[in-house]
Amino acid sequence: MTAIGARVRRTEGPDKVTGAARYAVEYPAPGVAYVWPVQAPVARGTVRSVDTDAVLAMPGVLAVLWHGNAPRLAEVADHELLLFQSDRVAYHGQFVAAVVADSLEAAREAAARTRVDIDEQPHDTELRADRADLYTPEKVNPNHESDTSQGDVDAELAASDVAVDVTYETAATHNNPMEPHASTAQWLGDRLLVHDSNQGATGVAQSLATLFGLAEDRVQVVSAHVGGGFGAKGTARPNVVLAAMAARVVGRPVRLALSRQHQFSVVGYRTPTIQRIRLGAGADGVLRAISHEAIEQTSTVREFAEQTAVGTRMMYAAAARRTAHKLARLDVPTPAWMRAPGEAPGMYALESALDELAVACGLDPIELRVRNEPAVDPESGHPFSSRNLVACLRDGADRFGWPGRDPRPGVRRDGRWLVGTGVAAATYPARSRPASAAARMLRDGRYRVDINATDIGTGARTVLGQVAADALGVAPDRIEMCVGDSTLPPAILAGGSMGTASWSWAVDKAARELRTRMAAGVPEGGLEVRVDTADDVAALDAHWSRHAFGAHFAEVRVDADTGEVRVSRLLGVYAVGRVVNPTTARSQFLGGMTMGLGMALTEESTMDHRFGDYVNDDFAGYHVPACADVGTAIDAYWLEEQDRYVNPLGIKGIGEIGIVGVPAAIGNAVWHATGVRVRDLPIRLDKVLFR
Amino acid sequence: MTDDRRFAEVSLRVNGELRPLSLDTRTTLLDALREHLGLTGSKKGCDHGQCGACTVLVDGRRVLSCLALAVALDGAEVTTVEGLAGPDGLHPVQQAFLERDAFQCGYCTPGQVCSAVGALAEYDAGWPSLVTDGEPALTDAEVAERMSGNLCRCGAYPNIVAAVQDAGAAR
Repeated sequence: MTAIGARVRRTEGPDKVTGAARYAVEYPAPGVAYVWPVQAPVARGTVRSVDTDAVLAMPGVLAVLWHGNAPRLAEVADHELLLFQSDRVAYHGQFVAAVVADSLEAAREAAARTRVDIDEQPHDTELRADRADLYTPEKVNPNHESDTSQGDVDAELAASDVAVDVTYETAATHNNPMEPHASTAQWLGDRLLVHDSNQGATGVAQSLATLFGLAEDRVQVVSAHVGGGFGAKGTARPNVVLAAMAARVVGRPVRLALSRQHQFSVVGYRTPTIQRIRLGAGADGVLRAISHEAIEQTSTVREFAEQTAVGTRMMYAAAARRTAHKLARLDVPTPAWMRAPGEAPGMYALESALDELAVACGLDPIELRVRNEPAVDPESGHPFSSRNLVACLRDGADRFGWPGRDPRPGVRRDGRWLVGTGVAAATYPARSRPASAAARMLRDGRYRVDINATDIGTGARTVLGQVAADALGVAPDRIEMCVGDSTLPPAILAGGSMGTASWSWAVDKAARELRTRMAAGVPEGGLEVRVDTADDVAALDAHWSRHAFGAHFAEVRVDADTGEVRVSRLLGVYAVGRVVNPTTARSQFLGGMTMGLGMALTEESTMDHRFGDYVNDDFAGYHVPACADVGTAIDAYWLEEQDRYVNPLGIKGIGEIGIVGVPAAIGNAVWHATGVRVRDLPIRLDKVLFR
Repeated sequence: MTDDRRFAEVSLRVNGELRPLSLDTRTTLLDALREHLGLTGSKKGCDHGQCGACTVLVDGRRVLSCLALAVALDGAEVTTVEGLAGPDGLHPVQQAFLERDAFQCGYCTPGQVCSAVGALAEYDAGWPSLVTDGEPALTDAEVAERMSGNLCRCGAYPNIVAAVQDAGAAR
């Protein structure tokens, strides 16, 4: 039996259940000091001064940092990292000063008492579709065209038997990993050592080297265990810069773990969206026109343009198709990646509108999708490397008990509960990126494999060990897998569902090469090989469209009196290429689906436009799903799928697709239960009751 | 600068060991454990008692250590995740979490584990929960309800319920 495909238990599991696993601010650091940020209390303005003398007089305070005295940093692309380099306040909650003290208590109190004199200016934080200043970004994340157009959408819509023209909205949501963004920084001579919670230490080390004017080999970033990220820790964030700056100023190690409240301002979130979808179809449900126009927000610090409509480009065929993105540049915190940026909000709108089309055509929503299944990628014209969406829908339908479903809304009642079911498709790109890895023989029949992958809870350490074990022809327990350190061979971050695909490629290549070299004889002093996959990835045939697919099914119960929505069943069926570890994969699917449940029903960051800040900035106001919201009602399966065109191991990546179709499936189920079509997330009970 | 901070002597019995401390009176039990005793197993997820990552057992009952001031607990018996395993190996709840893959990133896990130990003790003592109907039975709904003070952003809930059920059945 091969290690790939086996239910191997998490390598670091024992450390995690006993509390031995160390996260970013949990390493011993003799003489450690603590830094605490001071946030802008206004959404726009200019910092005039900070009363540093008063703060320095407070017990335990070692330093106060602000624009007037902070060390200068070198330019980087992400201006969120240029802490205290400008007097401009660009959003409410931006860090405008910080206090370093000899204890956490002293730093927090002094920061709370730090007076920052700000010249306040009028702010504008409201995203609306009728704004005159909406603009088309040059590209949308990560590097897609903003707008695409094929055929004449208006003409096809006019000629359609059935048309849907609807606007869907999604709320701003925050990633909220359980471990806050956290860093411990210490300067060892001219060397900077940082323990940091991030999704890719290679990029964080590069950013720190640039900011502080250091050679890259003078910076080490360790991220051995990371308490979740979901996109919010994809790159260096202000916390790590602040910790390093403070450590340099006071000449001591410095710790900073952001508060939950800080994270609602400075580390990113999913932009709210306003999306207009127009669909035109024949009476048979076959699409003639698809138009998807998305409006989103960005900040004045850094442009982030979410790729909301990109999923629509490859999902379904039609004679005329159009997608467009427009941004409002506002005095708001900078939005950034959150699990399945683009696909999660975009597919919510598309798959909800498709449900409306199915109703309008009198077709079963699965049948509608089957009728619109394209033969090739409708955008590029390239064949799909594999596309098993229909198989996912059919398999899921059988598991869920979909056949024979009564399509009428609002007719199933169980006591006080209205019951309904919904379905939606999911997709996510299957990408690989270059990575490097090293493998070497140890003395005792064991092997060590090095790669700067990051295990943010995905099981990367375990999974890569399985890959190496198969390549070397040994059991996984013979592999010592070293990840999470910028001094290891560099690799892509844990993001975009491309970690496992990209890292496995390099690990497999390194281990195979080591095995080949070993067969030729082992020299005195042992053997070590180092590889990178840059050329291999570049040689991938561009004429394939590579995507993962899935189908989500939801059963909801809606309280007829209060409008409360409970999800009684949630099922995901996926076609994601090769699954390396069924145990960790299932956990990741369930986690994505749970986040989708939150996006559908409970998660909403509420902007108070009078002050320009997200006001519900804790777990009492921002509701991530709890155990009782999910229980055991949720399950995930996947189809056997071999795809030799994505990468040599046939791995597509699974971190994001789990969230993608869930909000639409739940929204469609709410309509089926109640007859109420809620078109803005989250589906709060007031929207169900009063519409 | 005059240092007018108030310090207090406090003794905690942590994982069976007496730990005398001199603490700034503002220090929470969580920060005392993490910053003063080097016991970083207990986690800080929100510092507001809303996420449960800091859950420890104080005199056998689950407590949110971020909401407890250390000076108020002089003489208390504190058990953290580091103190659950015995000489024969992992605590049954820890073992069940491992076997059920009841975590991903692991950051909420110490709190989940301590909370589960406390929840099972509460159940054994006959304490009802919101969903208890008559005699409490350890149903999945009971477990999910009793574990809902511990958030898991990775979404390991189905596996957490299964793990607590396993540990409950093995008592």
